[in-house]
Amino acid sequence: MKKLNQEDTKRLADKVLSLSKADECTVTIAGSRTGNIRYARNAVSTAGLVEDTQLAVSVAYGKKQGTATVNEFDDKSLERAVRRAEDLARLAPENPEFMPTPSGAPFKSSPTFSAKTDAIDPEFRAQVAAYSIEACRKNKLVAAGFFSDESSFQTIANSRGVFGHQQRTKVDFTCTVRTEDGRGSGWVRRDASDVSKFDARAAADIAIEKALRSVEAKALEPGRYTVILEPAATSDLLAYMFNSFDARSADEGRSFLAKKGGANRLGDKLFDERVNVWADPWNPDVPVLPWDAETMLPREKMDLIKNGKIAALNYSPFWAKKQGARAIGAPGNIVMAGGGKSTEELIASTKKGVLVTRTWYIRMVDPQTVLLTGLTRDGTFYIENGKIKHPIKNFRFNESPVTMLNNIDELGRPEILAGDESDFQLLIPAMRVRDFNFTSLSDAV
Amino acid sequence: MERRAFLNIGGAALGAMLLPPFGRAIAADELLRPVETKFKKMLADTALTAATQAGASYCDVRVGRYLNQFITTRDLNIENVTNTESAGVGVRVIAGGAYGFAATNDMSPDGVAAAARQAVAIARANAKLQTEPVQLAPTPGVGEVAWATPFKKDWRLVPIKEKAELLIAGNKAGMDGGASFMQSLLFQVNQQKYFASTDGSYIDQDLHRLWVPFFATAVDKASGKFRSRSGLSTPVGMGYEYLDGRKEDKFLAAGGVTTLYRNSYDLVEDARAAGKQAKQKLTAKSVQPGKYDLVLSPEHLWLTIHESVGHPTELDRVLGYEANFAGTSFATLDKWQTKKFKYGADIVNIVADKTTPGSLGAVGYDDEGVKCKRWDIIKDGVLVNYQATRDQAHIIGEKESHGCSYADSWSSVQFQRMPNVSLAAGKKRLTPDEMVKDVKKGIYIVGDGSFSIDQQRYNFQFGGQLYYEIKDGKIGQPLEDVAYQANTQEFWNACSALCDERDWRMGGSFFDGKGQPSQSSIVSHGAPTTRFNGINVINTARKIG
Repeated sequence: MKKLNQEDTKRLADKVLSLSKADECTVTIAGSRTGNIRYARNAVSTAGLVEDTQLAVSVAYGKKQGTATVNEFDDKSLERAVRRAEDLARLAPENPEFMPTPSGAPFKSSPTFSAKTDAIDPEFRAQVAAYSIEACRKNKLVAAGFFSDESSFQTIANSRGVFGHQQRTKVDFTCTVRTEDGRGSGWVRRDASDVSKFDARAAADIAIEKALRSVEAKALEPGRYTVILEPAATSDLLAYMFNSFDARSADEGRSFLAKKGGANRLGDKLFDERVNVWADPWNPDVPVLPWDAETMLPREKMDLIKNGKIAALNYSPFWAKKQGARAIGAPGNIVMAGGGKSTEELIASTKKGVLVTRTWYIRMVDPQTVLLTGLTRDGTFYIENGKIKHPIKNFRFNESPVTMLNNIDELGRPEILAGDESDFQLLIPAMRVRDFNFTSLSDAV
Repeated sequence: MERRAFLNIGGAALGAMLLPPFGRAIAADELLRPVETKFKKMLADTALTAATQAGASYCDVRVGRYLNQFITTRDLNIENVTNTESAGVGVRVIAGGAYGFAATNDMSPDGVAAAARQAVAIARANAKLQTEPVQLAPTPGVGEVAWATPFKKDWRLVPIKEKAELLIAGNKAGMDGGASFMQSLLFQVNQQKYFASTDGSYIDQDLHRLWVPFFATAVDKASGKFRSRSGLSTPVGMGYEYLDGRKEDKFLAAGGVTTLYRNSYDLVEDARAAGKQAKQKLTAKSVQPGKYDLVLSPEHLWLTIHESVGHPTELDRVLGYEANFAGTSFATLDKWQTKKFKYGADIVNIVADKTTPGSLGAVGYDDEGVKCKRWDIIKDGVLVNYQATRDQAHIIGEKESHGCSYADSWSSVQFQRMPNVSLAAGKKRLTPDEMVKDVKKGIYIVGDGSFSIDQQRYNFQFGGQLYYEIKDGKIGQPLEDVAYQANTQEFWNACSALCDERDWRMGGSFFDGKGQPSQSSIVSHGAPTTRFNGINVINTARKIG
């Protein structure tokens, strides 16, 4: 099917809105083309291309809501979808917490589209895989990796005048390089909206270097260590924490942001004062759509943590109304201020410590304190007198990102990254942190 | 288990996020209209012919129609009722010795033929970097056959009102029991899967699954403390009769601390208990860290089995195909080849199967058209086998596939996924209460909680839902802040007693993540109540800000 442009989707949305007889009607149209290549054991294992376009229509009668979708866009199909949504809404139980979508104001577009990314073809993907496979074959190493590229669009519209349409592109690359005997393992991750900012060869070289350096790991006693956490070591810890920035949970007393005796901790200083984090849909490194599709609310540039203090919580439209607060589109990215030093420079100024490439299999142990457990993986090293001394065996940690952000020693230069298991686009620095809590050793390489 | 999927159901933001990829919402009346087998066969034959003509040496076609209904609630409100449907065709081929895959939701003869040709083109591109050709273990063509999940009540025919009322009754019971907040969900799945291959199989399957999780949260505003207890149901491969809560399906946990369920589930009863227990957890004694004998209920142990036996014995992980994502495995081929590798104590027997009635993994044929069966993974404590698909069987000297191929959608390529992997019950008669009698210093754990394991499956850490102190052979007071850390091989070798068949029950995962792009699978794990001696327990209480 031909990729729909703004004119096409505006026409479709207007048609749907004009067909609805309900009190309120909203339309979302989303289309994507996703290509990928996966390789392991120095050979391609799978490659594919998936295309899909959907139109969803939601209608409401009072507080009763119904949703239907179609992937055929002729007038008859559109009408059928609207009638079906209306039927479901009439049958649905009333939701006392139902909130209408907002009234329209134009969205300020963000730079989420790159024509170069949109033009990626199978040969490009094969070449990405070939760089690491060929370099690994040459070095007697084993490569496994995954490259995916996506070109998509989203259109939102409602009967109160909201209309937004924007295209976006992204590439995501991860590569694991292991020694043939399985005693060394290195890894790299790269994310970009614009593929011209992605260098497959340079990325593969990092994973190769880490693999070669990580052989002959020594065991260090578990305990509290000064650590240098590369961005991929903190990305999911931060995402876990920011997923808990929900105002309702905090007000209801079931979040680390709930206050003893009631109310939430908005404005409280919970972190080192150098911690400054914000969301900004227009950031050129990690752009995201200027709206939150679920609520159709515009996103804003907003502080989440300012000088170590909680600066904002996420209010759903219902909770905002109940609490007399303002609902804003939920953030899609996280930007954290850093310093000017590279990871190498942070290492150079470290007397004793542990360098962590990434963390893995992170799970919530206690939401009361955001205590998380997980492991280091694919490149953990001991630092002494400003130099990497030797590789060390992986650790399991039990640590809270709240404690981690209190124990900051120094921040490095921010890097672009997508989370392993979160949907945030991140621009976050490497961090040197005191007293990071490693609780046991792992034999895993 | 996949955290992203779990977050979406457990977190505050429900509704729109629950829609699976490629799902589209449809009206309930649409769910029952089947696609004619004749039409599916015609589409499949079109794709098989197109692929063969384009030069494929092998082709399989999956015509899928996936119907789901999700109901989400918060306290006494129904938040959302969503019906989704997804239909399309996935074509996998071998050409030039390499795989190629393409999928389309254009269910016309031209659409599937184009997808088949595209799959062949992708295979040819992949063949350039291929080092050894794909080698498929033979599987006999079975002609035109059908298989369906046995069920008594079709969830598609139960009125939404009845389901909504049951969930709200559960939430009300939880709040009456002591919970400050309740969230519950009902997931209902019907997968209509049609498989055809150039081996001469045309397999029509109708699969039904159901899961009803809930979360009871108690808050003490004065102290700022909150605690949760989630439901003790299990996701199942059966119909709505799972929610009948029959008397004969109820079991008292050791010491009578709570009621447990097999084959059917009493949602309202468990929710009431959860409300009470969540409140109890606010004031429970914080555990003293140290070594304990752990008595683990099947409602807890399934997840430990899943992570520490299920995943490490996936042959693709062992070989390195998952190295870039979930990782590899400590259970390497050289250990298996010795025929002496002691994975666990002599009493540990782990069986893989895709046939147990009511389990999530039960199907007639896998997504490569292989008839499903049962086999040993660990026999008398020794690692004896893995989980394999057609292209892996030759690597472990097997003549046929284990039937472990699965794709989560018509649009995803099938690959090796975990069958049900279960711990066999003990041969001697033993009840959980009798097991506890031999424990001097221990902890009884019920329900699954936090879970984390390294990328080769050595070091793990698990939490639960309910913890009780065991002192001098008796179940004592409730405990909190408990997690145990162990090494897989040491843990399974510390297994010291198993309850018998009467206590064997299944748990399972509705969202087991693996692969890139990630695919979500479903899998059950059975076990009796089991004891492990001298396991390291840590205290997870912390202070922040």
